[in-house]
Amino acid sequence: MSKYYLNYLDELESEAIFILREVWAQFENPVILFSGGKDSILVTHLAKKAFFPSKIPFALMHVDKGHNFPETIKFRDDLIEELEVKLIVGSVQESINKGRVAEEKGKNATRNALQITTLLDAIEENKIDCAIGGGRRDEEKARAKERFFSHRDDFGQWDPKNQRPELWNLLNGKHFEGEHFRAFPISNWTEMDVWNYIKRENIKIPSLYFAHEREVVFRSNSWIPVSEYLRLEEGEKIEKKNIRFRTLGDITITGGIESDADTLEKIVQEVSAMRKTERGDRSDDKRSETAMEDRKKQGYF
Amino acid sequence: MEINNNQLLRFTTAGSVDDGKSTLIGRLLYDSKSIFEDQLESVSATSAKKGHDGVDLALFTDGLKDEREQGITIDVAYRYFTTLKRKFIIADTPGHIQYTRNMVTGASTANAAVILIDARHGVIEQTKRHSFIASLLNIPHLIVCVNKMDLVDFSEEVYNNIIGQFEEFSSKLLMKDVRFIPISALKGDNVVNRSEHMEWYQNGTLLSTLENLHISSDINKIDARFPVQTVLRPQSEDFRDYRGCAGRIASGIYRKGDEVAVLPSGFTSKIRSINVGEQEVEEAYAPMSVAITLEDDIDVSRGDMIVKKNNQPEQEQEFDVMLCWLNNGAMKPRAKYTVMHTSNEERAMIKEVVYKMDINTFERDSEDKGLAMNDIARVKIRTTRSLMLDSYRDNRNTGSIILIDESTNETVAAGMVV
Repeated sequence: MSKYYLNYLDELESEAIFILREVWAQFENPVILFSGGKDSILVTHLAKKAFFPSKIPFALMHVDKGHNFPETIKFRDDLIEELEVKLIVGSVQESINKGRVAEEKGKNATRNALQITTLLDAIEENKIDCAIGGGRRDEEKARAKERFFSHRDDFGQWDPKNQRPELWNLLNGKHFEGEHFRAFPISNWTEMDVWNYIKRENIKIPSLYFAHEREVVFRSNSWIPVSEYLRLEEGEKIEKKNIRFRTLGDITITGGIESDADTLEKIVQEVSAMRKTERGDRSDDKRSETAMEDRKKQGYF
Repeated sequence: MEINNNQLLRFTTAGSVDDGKSTLIGRLLYDSKSIFEDQLESVSATSAKKGHDGVDLALFTDGLKDEREQGITIDVAYRYFTTLKRKFIIADTPGHIQYTRNMVTGASTANAAVILIDARHGVIEQTKRHSFIASLLNIPHLIVCVNKMDLVDFSEEVYNNIIGQFEEFSSKLLMKDVRFIPISALKGDNVVNRSEHMEWYQNGTLLSTLENLHISSDINKIDARFPVQTVLRPQSEDFRDYRGCAGRIASGIYRKGDEVAVLPSGFTSKIRSINVGEQEVEEAYAPMSVAITLEDDIDVSRGDMIVKKNNQPEQEQEFDVMLCWLNNGAMKPRAKYTVMHTSNEERAMIKEVVYKMDINTFERDSEDKGLAMNDIARVKIRTTRSLMLDSYRDNRNTGSIILIDESTNETVAAGMVV
């Protein structure tokens, strides 16, 4: 006899597909925010399932901070070709050149705050009314209160105290001209769920997630990769280590961990034994207790 | 860890800081080893800064800046943890009366509600309110935790008295499955680990109860309802004539070859194929997201519902709902709203407020006709065209609606079809 209940991964998949289809039905011009990280790759994979046998009806939008891992860009371009979808790039470097934003100074300088302007500019220029993101509620405490359909005012801002209540499966995406939404189809997934699903579906992800030898520098308790943007501080030295990345962000601030996990199987094992959150390796969230909340209010992902 | 048949259980916790709700959630996360080192470090540091002895478990659920400053929860926060048996999603909702709207929101998708009672105070107004909302939202399982047992010397008598009080008032409510557990969230008794202080209690801890609740029957598998979200027309070489009705099965089971009717038109056909992504399947059931194709070329679009020929919902333009008002702006008499029901939308008007519920005393007031934030009332709604409705008791997915104010686009009310 068949069983008539879903396991948790199937239920999460079904929920995400539902949300993606709802976005398509309720908005004129939605895009998937694509960073090349595993969460946005997962969202893209789910979109493929949601609309099969049609092509994914959304463009992918990459907010390019300029400080990329070269592997990420190659991966992005290959995927675009395979899926035959349109790519929109919002460039932080261009925002700097145009004088829209100014580069941060100092050792821990990042382009994290800068990309908010680039993102909002790209949304406006391309008349995007819904940007689908791979944000998850387990990532950070400010995200724990995020909706599936998150309303942003015409300045792109998030008001956590004035969110629309979301009940049952009824998603209200109604908006006025100039306003837009963020949609988060994998809100209810944890890091462990994402990895288990990637393994189950055998989803292609950038090689950076797998253990590999790399030149790195020990900084803020994690291994920062050597790149053309890295400036060595006093007392820091370049070492060769077997590392992998748990998240892929800006190459200047994304720390790797020492690891031998070079297959999906081993990664899943490693993550399930892990005692630190993945954002624990990102210096952008260490700045203050409310770093993420503050950025989200301004219009961050 | 192998992927297995573990199910997902969503539960809501209602209560205020004083009940030890945050401590309870912190305890569940901590003892089930779902807290990461960096979270623990950050909370330990904050605990020390505030002068607490040891780790203040309540800080694990601390949210937004304003909430921390005021020491309260403002909005629904979602937490996650996994055990060897299940994945859990907690909708952590604030318990104060002004946050009824959040409690309703958190309860709407929950399999279970955990209600906290302070052993020193017994059943209070807030307990009744939370129980009423759990029953109104038809949450299938209710777990009543009598907390702070350590402060009443783990007394069986105190515990039994509180159960007695609860049974007395809750006999007026519709509830299917109620369980009671004596706990101390602060000391960890009967949350994840068995208490060594309450030999007289022989049933499961909170966690083992959550792990073992029978939830496969929580979704209606009898009445097949498939609201169409969108129609897939690839128009590619290989799929030239493909027209897939995409949606999430709200209830019931669908099989290839089933005789179905498309509502509201009423045209009938048979199911030709069912797809989950690229994979074709023989049968599918709620809550799966699928694409269904039909044998006949009949007109189907968003908002339609595909049902079995011999089991159809009511089609009604005028119906009664229990309405919970969620917005700061009060209801405007005879104002027009948009009603969302499954994937369908119509314009609607609230014709009449039949009575308002006092959620603390369960008394009905048929004089007061105004509806403001957090009010719960039975109302009559009229829509421009018929909706395909089931009663909320029978079917949470096809018996629920929201109202949207057309001038602000805000979700102003949630309703359950009577």
